[in-house]
Amino acid sequence: MAALAFLGEGEDVAPVIQEILQQLVNGISLGSIYALVALGYTMVYGIIKLINFAHGDIYMIGAFTGYFAIKIFHLPFLPALVVAMVVAACLGILIERLAYRPLRNSTRIAALITAIGVSFLIQNVALLIWQPNPRAFPDVFPFRSYDLWGVYIDNRQLLILGVSVLLMIVLHYVVHYTNIGRAMRAVALDDDAARLMGIDVDKVISFTFAIGSALAAAGGVLVGVYYNRIDPMMGTMPGLKAFVAAVLGGIGIIPGAMLGGLVMGVAEVMVVALTESTWKDAVAFAILIIILLVRPAGIMGRRVREKV
Amino acid sequence: MKGGMVRGRSLSPASSRIAAWIAGALAVLCLALVNVGVYTYRIDFYFTGILVVVMINIILAVSLNLINGFTGQFSLGHAGFMAVGAYASALLTIYMEWPFPVVLIGAGIISALIGFLIGLPTLRLRGDYLAIATLGFGEIVRVVILNLKITGGPRGLGGIAPKTTFFIAEIVAILTVIIFSNIVKSSHGRAFVAIREDEIAAEAMGIDTTKYKVLAFSIGAAFAGIAGALFAHHQMFIDPRSFTFTRSIEILVMVVLGGLGSISGSIVAATVLTILPEALRGIAQYRMIAYALLLIGLMLIRPQGLFGTKEIGDLFRLGQRQGNEGRRAQADGGEGQ
Repeated sequence: MAALAFLGEGEDVAPVIQEILQQLVNGISLGSIYALVALGYTMVYGIIKLINFAHGDIYMIGAFTGYFAIKIFHLPFLPALVVAMVVAACLGILIERLAYRPLRNSTRIAALITAIGVSFLIQNVALLIWQPNPRAFPDVFPFRSYDLWGVYIDNRQLLILGVSVLLMIVLHYVVHYTNIGRAMRAVALDDDAARLMGIDVDKVISFTFAIGSALAAAGGVLVGVYYNRIDPMMGTMPGLKAFVAAVLGGIGIIPGAMLGGLVMGVAEVMVVALTESTWKDAVAFAILIIILLVRPAGIMGRRVREKV
Repeated sequence: MKGGMVRGRSLSPASSRIAAWIAGALAVLCLALVNVGVYTYRIDFYFTGILVVVMINIILAVSLNLINGFTGQFSLGHAGFMAVGAYASALLTIYMEWPFPVVLIGAGIISALIGFLIGLPTLRLRGDYLAIATLGFGEIVRVVILNLKITGGPRGLGGIAPKTTFFIAEIVAILTVIIFSNIVKSSHGRAFVAIREDEIAAEAMGIDTTKYKVLAFSIGAAFAGIAGALFAHHQMFIDPRSFTFTRSIEILVMVVLGGLGSISGSIVAATVLTILPEALRGIAQYRMIAYALLLIGLMLIRPQGLFGTKEIGDLFRLGQRQGNEGRRAQADGGEGQ
């Protein structure tokens, strides 16, 4: 682990800046994956005000689908990515239909408990079928590193950045320039009014789950490529961190989730560089508690007054 | 149940008190039989150990029920408080060599203090944010324990004297149940329930909602800490893996199954969910799947849990209560926007 010699006196400044830039590159790659997962949280929360605990597990399912697509069906990377996204989208729709839709008019706590149940169900079924030991993700992109004035960036990081940016542009287009996107924003704003305007709210919610799950699956496959290992429990921590990222950016706000994801990624990588790597899982929750105390609406959110 | 159907409305509080007495007497009888079994060695050493865990789980479930069931907050960090109590008590026993009852009280006080510190800022948050914040707290506790030297880090802390006997666990569990029954019947308890039913209305009626929420949270944390202390001195070895998020979920399942807002429900659910997995050893790997399905199924079919907000005694006077319950269900439905 690279320990930073930040405070060494009389040292050359250049290596320090180089190190910071290096960690920034690493953090942004990790953060883009958090951002992809956070988008699903934020869109679902924006529409039905539910923390979809199972989202991290959909990300795991995405990674495993990508793994099987490449390993067993010998698909190249991009088709495998698409297959994983489609499978996850179907799973997302299925979960919403079976578990969340019947509870739409019940208390939020009941919905939250169900979401925890769904998450546990997916995780434990996966543990049973795929066994807890990690698997090596197929090596689709032979590791190559590029030296940019002392800052190293490898082809996998470039891949993560490229795929994430592409998906976010597609998402932006869908949400802002298509009919279904307009319907999504309408439902998020006021579902009753949207229904009165003739929008099929159920369909919009299904669509939201599909998009969110597909993005999470993309994140899962990219993590598989980046870290080279996947296991059935891999979704829990990134899922929670992505949720924190969504809250950090302002839950329900799509650009907020992207920003929050990047901030989380960079913060985590910096903490690992500065201290022991075992502290990294505490960073997310420390950020969460601080943001909830200081600015509960998130960085890009506006404070909403509670109506009586 | 049958008697209530016939006599229905004519059942007065007095007869419900009789029903409660009967239920209480049955519980005492069961407990007495178990005690006879334990002390005449008809119940073997192994199963006595399970009974200790039953008592610990009852304490955990009842204390979480005060936060989640009666006060209507949503804590997912109960394992965190349990961990605090377990480690604090183990260290007190190992380094200070205090007598066990004092250690138990100490563990409770330390957990309560931490619950107070965590509760003060986070309880300003609404339902689902609180859930995530408490979950985060649980994880932070785990990470801190992993990184401290005095807690043994990931290797765990061993050599804790086995001071939790069945007798002590039983006494503490009984005291817990008595204390919590009295709390929820007191004016504080009514304030908790008022906050659960409608926080804004409760505030309008002059209840200091923050104060009562923090109070419920701290009391719940204290008893989770005591349960953790009993756990540590029962297992004789603790490590951070005993206090993961999964543990919090297990406790939550007990509370939800028994009924959010029913102490007797929590007792029954904690007992069943501790003994049943032992009885069904062969399918142990399906346990978490069964828990998950149980949670989802309960929310879909009977979101109020087996007992709802009733106690065992109330089951005998069904007719009168059903009206209230129906109205409550409607109120709950309207709230979920």
